[in-house]
Amino acid sequence: MALSIIESCVNCYACEPLCPSDAISMGERHFRIDAKACTECDGDYADPQCASICPIEGAILDASGQAINPPGSLTGIPPHRLDAVEAEIRAR
Amino acid sequence: MELKVIAQDSPAPTGGCTSGACGSSTDAMAHLPDHVRKKVHNHPCYSEEAHHHYARMHVAVAPACNIQCHYCNRKYDCANESRPGVVSELLTPEQASKKVLAVASAIPQMTVLGVAGPGDPLANPQRTFETFRRIVDKAPDIKLCLSTNGLALPEHIDEIVALNVDHVTITINCVDPKIGAQIYPWVFWNHKRVMGAKGAKILIKQQQRGLEMLVERGILVKVNSVMIPGVNDRHLEEVSKIVKTKGAFLHNVMPLIAEAEHGTFYGVMGQRGPTKQELSDLQDACAGDMNMMRHCRQCRADAVGLLGEDRGQEFTMEKIEAMEVDYSAAMERRARVHEGIEAHRKTMAQAVQPTKEMLAPIGTPPARIAVTTKGSGVVNEHFGHAKEFLIYEASPEGVRFIGARKIANAYCVGPDVCPSGDDKGTVLDAILAALFDCSAVVSAKVGIEPWSRLEAAGVTPSGTYAMDDIETAVRGMYGELIEQGWAAKDLSVQAAG
Ligand code: SF4
Ligand code: SF4
Repeated sequence: MALSIIESCVNCYACEPLCPSDAISMGERHFRIDAKACTECDGDYADPQCASICPIEGAILDASGQAINPPGSLTGIPPHRLDAVEAEIRAR
Repeated sequence: MELKVIAQDSPAPTGGCTSGACGSSTDAMAHLPDHVRKKVHNHPCYSEEAHHHYARMHVAVAPACNIQCHYCNRKYDCANESRPGVVSELLTPEQASKKVLAVASAIPQMTVLGVAGPGDPLANPQRTFETFRRIVDKAPDIKLCLSTNGLALPEHIDEIVALNVDHVTITINCVDPKIGAQIYPWVFWNHKRVMGAKGAKILIKQQQRGLEMLVERGILVKVNSVMIPGVNDRHLEEVSKIVKTKGAFLHNVMPLIAEAEHGTFYGVMGQRGPTKQELSDLQDACAGDMNMMRHCRQCRADAVGLLGEDRGQEFTMEKIEAMEVDYSAAMERRARVHEGIEAHRKTMAQAVQPTKEMLAPIGTPPARIAVTTKGSGVVNEHFGHAKEFLIYEASPEGVRFIGARKIANAYCVGPDVCPSGDDKGTVLDAILAALFDCSAVVSAKVGIEPWSRLEAAGVTPSGTYAMDDIETAVRGMYGELIEQGWAAKDLSVQAAG
């Protein structure tokens, strides 16, 4: 039972002080979660704190490797719209 | 230079009055207690005049944020405090205080230190307040300020008061949760991510409470709003009224800047920003209500320097680590420089005695005049080196400041390198677009080539007022225009972009 942070983390520090288990620390390139220490906030909070403040979609994964905040869930930008706009910018 | 404030004899219309018709009211600050007015009058950030002489700096110590705004992409710095797409070098409180001391001893004009990002200062209370504590200890001659979205403001009031923070800026884009839901997709509150209108309602309540508490404790509060056409543009006049009633001393309306490249919600969804005219109309409409800040430059979260300049490159952490700073010696030097500045400001204020006389017969149309300056309140920048134009409006009743307009590139790239061929045209086109409503541009010097293009575009260039104080120069130029029988520009026309 542990969450993980992947390389899309932008190192904003928001999650680190919120963790009730002191499981989050700055890694070499981005923040990381110590899987042994992470409790998924069980017993402390209803929602995992790191995933509740993280502004980056896809940066935090649940124990099964699924993004807790999937594309579009935080910014409100429909993923197909983002893809289309990015493709258009690349084509310029 | 003391700008004469133009009185309004009739109450400002609440709708979009044209820029020519309403000036900033003499009573714009009448609702404020004396000590606040005095503080504002001398403030490098808030007094248009003091702005020419003193500087502020920001340090990027606060990376985390507790809300999401639709005009912000969290891969970059907070969009309220920076131009979009900028990433600041994150500093620890220790590095930041080192940097502040180094800058303050090199640039004695630097008198205000702000924490504004790259996230929200109060979402990083330890880092923000530790930075402040270090500065209070070592450099008591520096004023502190912070900018916040307001969500965590009420819980930190005591600390803000204890550290003697000089002023706080709150970004308030709405007072209606339904509008808020179109601006803020979520807030982090009470250990939960709260989405939509429910989240916006919490944010609005905290902002208003924070504003009230700060005013109660005697701290200057400025309110910033981002103008988002079709979302909150019609709503901001109400916001302006409310924040004024609660005691904010200034309301600053900034334009939304949204480009697809920034990857923000608004950028990707094609939300447009306001035109210059729409922005100016709203600022006028709100100015009838309270003092508006027109000289705000939307500086970066790690900006250093005077007016629009940014000397950040001289103070990278690497360079600072190598510096030896003796701050007590620096503090004496700074005090002497500040005395000199005050003496200079006094002479300038006396040089331009506000006259009761009209500048021109009643009925003469107003003219907008662009000025280039490096600071000190005088015309001392060459046209070719200016990356920013200060726009003034002269009318029979007097001179008033309209705003600062930045351009991406100065006409000349270096002290001696002025453009040739096609580049010349494009750079000048951008300058002409920025000066669309101006009838003249007053600089320390104007080169021959831009001179003729400016003339052809109906903007009379002048180098006659080099080193004159700005108000004298603008008055003189207005007189010249009248003498020439210039073709007055329609100041209510819609500007492109
Ligand atoms: S889920 Fe909770 S315990 Fe686990 S890292 Fe995130 S904040 Fe810490
Ligand atoms: S909140 Fe998200 S982006 Fe910020 S440091 Fe934590 S994992 Fe990285």
